[in-house]
Amino acid sequence: MQIIVNAKPHEVAGGTVEAALQELGFASPAVATALNGSFVARSQRAVTQLAEGDQLEVLAPMQGG
Amino acid sequence: MRVYGSEITSRLLLGTAQYPSPAVLAEAVKSSGTEILTVSLRRETADGSGAGFWQGLRETGCRILPNTAGCHSVQEAVTTAQMARELFDTPWIKLEVIGHSDTLQPDVFGLVEAARILCGEGFQVFPYTTDDLVVGAKLLEAGCEVLMPWGAPIGSGQGLRNPDALRAMRAHFPDVPLIVDAGIGRPSDAAQAMELGMDAVLLNTAVAKAGDPAGMARAMALAVEAGRAGFAADPMERRDMAVPSTPVLGMAEFA
Repeated sequence: MQIIVNAKPHEVAGGTVEAALQELGFASPAVATALNGSFVARSQRAVTQLAEGDQLEVLAPMQGG
Repeated sequence: MRVYGSEITSRLLLGTAQYPSPAVLAEAVKSSGTEILTVSLRRETADGSGAGFWQGLRETGCRILPNTAGCHSVQEAVTTAQMARELFDTPWIKLEVIGHSDTLQPDVFGLVEAARILCGEGFQVFPYTTDDLVVGAKLLEAGCEVLMPWGAPIGSGQGLRNPDALRAMRAHFPDVPLIVDAGIGRPSDAAQAMELGMDAVLLNTAVAKAGDPAGMARAMALAVEAGRAGFAADPMERRDMAVPSTPVLGMAEFA
């Protein structure tokens, strides 16, 4: 199915947030995730199902003021 | 200074953005003597670029104050705060809800709403706000235990645009930690904020964009310390006219 990850379309086979992260190569443990605007905790990634067209945000620590 | 039960010795909080290199940032952090660094969250690339920065941050030993910079809605700010809490393992959040992209002025209505939600979820909220007293009172009522009024627009380096408003805030909220966040350009601006009785200063661009960031970080630290000591020493009243400092009594008459 196609989902939008950090504003770019991606084809993923996996059905959960966790599976999509692995499939797309987000290997760093220092990321936080949100699906369709809502926070998905690390502990919930493996049980949060994806649907066609879902918007997944994968954020990392960055410089800030 | 005590904020949310934590004792903070350095009254200078430093942002981590816009430095020429990670090494320059690390030097500036060291010479500023700061204990608190602000950071942000941005989209991760698959190469894990965020992990290196995070490792560098941890090596500073500073406490991390993540922000919600760039968020324009309550929902965005709340989600970002939740992500930051997990990522940085801290209940602290510098809450920004931006009302206008040109001025980066806080949307104080959204700010109060987001603060109420986050305080309810156990966050310790540091709200980036204006110097409006009513907004400040509503933020405290929402559960905030610190206020961070702007001095001037973010990144402008204009110094304190409205010192009288900050003075009024100090008088109105005598027991609330007040941190001037945004607008500081020079050490004299930081000193002025501290002389007004602010508890601390948060700045970023003034150090990051200086010709010598580490040198400026040191200058800011000294200015903050001098301003605080000046406030504590109770400055004299201003006078409209000259008053001789040398005694007039006993003056010789030569005419």
